[in-house]
Amino acid sequence: MNILVFVKEVPDMEKVKFDRERGVIDRGSAEAQINPFDLNALQAAVDIKNEVGGEITAMCMGPSGAEDSLKEAIARGADEGILLTDRAFAGADTWATSFILARAARKLANFDLILCGEMSVDGDTAQVGPQTAEFLGIPHVAFVWEIDICDKNSLEVRTDLWNSTYVKEMELPGLLSVTKDINNPQLPSLQDKMSARKAEIEKWGLEDFADQGIDEDDVGLSGSLTRVKNIEVPPKTGRDSQIWEDEVEIGLAKITDLMREKRRI
Amino acid sequence: MTDAYSGVLIFAEQNRGKIHPVSYELLNKGKLLGEDLNAELKVIILGPEGMDVDELIYRGADEVYYIKDESFSEPNLIDFKDNLEYYIEEKIKPEIVLMGATSFGRSLAPRLAIALEAGLTADCTDLKIDRSDSRLVQIRPAFSENILAHIKTTSEMQMATVRYREFAEADRDVSNTGEIIEEKSKLRDDSGLKVLDRLADQEVNIAEEEFVVAGGRGLKNPGDFSLLKELADLLGGEVGASRDVVDQDFISKHHQVGYSGHRVKPVIYIACGISGAPQHLAGMKEADTIIAINNDPSAPIFEHCDYGIVGDLYEVVPALIDLLEDQMTRK
Repeated sequence: MNILVFVKEVPDMEKVKFDRERGVIDRGSAEAQINPFDLNALQAAVDIKNEVGGEITAMCMGPSGAEDSLKEAIARGADEGILLTDRAFAGADTWATSFILARAARKLANFDLILCGEMSVDGDTAQVGPQTAEFLGIPHVAFVWEIDICDKNSLEVRTDLWNSTYVKEMELPGLLSVTKDINNPQLPSLQDKMSARKAEIEKWGLEDFADQGIDEDDVGLSGSLTRVKNIEVPPKTGRDSQIWEDEVEIGLAKITDLMREKRRI
Repeated sequence: MTDAYSGVLIFAEQNRGKIHPVSYELLNKGKLLGEDLNAELKVIILGPEGMDVDELIYRGADEVYYIKDESFSEPNLIDFKDNLEYYIEEKIKPEIVLMGATSFGRSLAPRLAIALEAGLTADCTDLKIDRSDSRLVQIRPAFSENILAHIKTTSEMQMATVRYREFAEADRDVSNTGEIIEEKSKLRDDSGLKVLDRLADQEVNIAEEEFVVAGGRGLKNPGDFSLLKELADLLGGEVGASRDVVDQDFISKHHQVGYSGHRVKPVIYIACGISGAPQHLAGMKEADTIIAINNDPSAPIFEHCDYGIVGDLYEVVPALIDLLEDQMTRK
C-alpha cells in the first residue's frame, strides 16, 4: 500500500515564548519540530507498511528549512520526502494549504492512502485533512484511533463521536486523520538518523504546478479565503486567589460552605 | 456583493434523532447576528423521521429545513456533506453558515466549505458583525490561547465552527412561530464510506459534568483515584485527570482535561496534585470556581484558582470528605 503522510513543521509549543506586546510568537525562542500529531500519522504509516508492504512518502509545505523535518520523517520510516516550498505559498490559510496539498497529491498520483495528524499544535484547526480529501474527491475519516486493513481496497477504522465509538469502513484511496491514541511513535535509531541526513529531499515550487494551470493567485495568502484582520491579546485572567498554607482548617471550612451554597450537600 | 446570499444558517447537529445542545447555543448567537444584519435566522437539520424539529422554532429559528432520511441516524459524513451542499447552494443561499465545533462538526465543516467554496474559521469563541461592511468577524484563540485572532472571510459565503459550551442556549418560547420545510435526502450510491457499527456508549462524559475532581502528578498510584472518586461521588460529579497521569495509564483518556483532552466548564473544579501547566489550564480555566490542592506553594495552579490549600492531597482530600460527610449527617 502506498501511503502519503502530510507533516507540518511547527515551533515546540511547550517551550515557545510569546511576545504579548506584539501579539506574535517569538520563533527564535524554540526549535522547529514535526507537529507531534504528525508523528502518530508517520508511525501509523510505518505500521501499515510493516504489515502489507508499500512505499511511504512524507510531504510538507513550508520554508526551505523544513527540509530537516522531512529528513526526520525519513529517519522515522518514510521512503522519501517532498517539500512544497515557494515564496508564493506563504501565508496560506487552510483553504490554500489543502488546495496545494491536493494538487501535489494528484501530481504524485501513486498513493492509496493519505495519513495526517488530527491537527497542528500551532494552527489547531483540524481542517486541512478533510479539506484535502474534498479537493481530491476521496472519502475521509477524522480523529481515527485504530486502523485495521480489510483488503487492498478498504480499511476499517475506529473514531469517537459524541459519546460513542464508531466503526467505519473507508474505501481506498482515502484520507485519515489520526489522534495521539493510535500508537506511540518510536524514536529513530542513531543509524537511521545518520543515513536520513544524506537523503535527497525533492522540492516542488509554484512552477512545478504550471502544467496544472496554477498561478500565484491560487496559492498562499492570495489564494486564501480568510484573513487575520486583527490580533487581540486578552488581559491575563487572574482570579482573586485565597490561599491557605498554615490555617488549612479555615480554608476547608470555606470550601465546605461553598459546596453547600452550590446545593449539592 | 450580490443580493443572492442572505441570512444566517445554523446547522443543527443531531445524534440518532436527538438534537445536540450546541445547536441551541448556535441559535442564541445566530439570532443576535441575524438582528444585526436585519436578516432571517434559518436552520437546516438532517435527521431520521419523527424528530421534534418544532423545538428549533421555539428556540428562535424563522425557518427550518428538515431533510429526512433514516440513514441520517448514523454519521454518514459524505451523505451529510452532499445534502448540505445541495440545499445550501440551491435553496437556502445564506451569507453565514455556523456549525458546532464538535468532533462531527470539525470533520464535516471543512469538507462542506470546500464544496461551497467558502472560507472557514475553526473553533470560534465569539462572532460579531462589522457594522462598516456587514461582514462577519470570527474570533478564535490561537497559539495555546495566548492571543485572540479576529478573522474575516473573503468569499461571499462565510463559514465558522463554534466551540461547544461557549454560548448559553437560546431561550425557549413556545409562542415562537416559523416555517418548517420538509425535504427528502439526496444520496449517492457509493460515497466510499460506511458506518459498520456503534460500540457501547462511554460511561464518562467529563465535558458535561458540573463537579469535577481532577488528579495529576501528585497522585502516587493509579488506585489513588478512588480517593478522588469518593469526593466526586459526594458532590455528584466525576473524576478528571491531567495528561501526565493519563499517559501513565492511571486512568482512561475519557477523563483527561486540557488542551489535548476535554474542555470542561463545571460549577466547581477541584485540582488535586495538578501543577497547572498552560495545557491543563486551557481545558478548565472557564470553570465557575476553581479549587487547588497542592503541596508545592509555588505551583502555577495557585495563580489560577479561587481557593487554594497548600498541603498533601492525601491529607487534605480525606479531611474535606470528612467535613462534607459531617455536614450531610447533621442536616
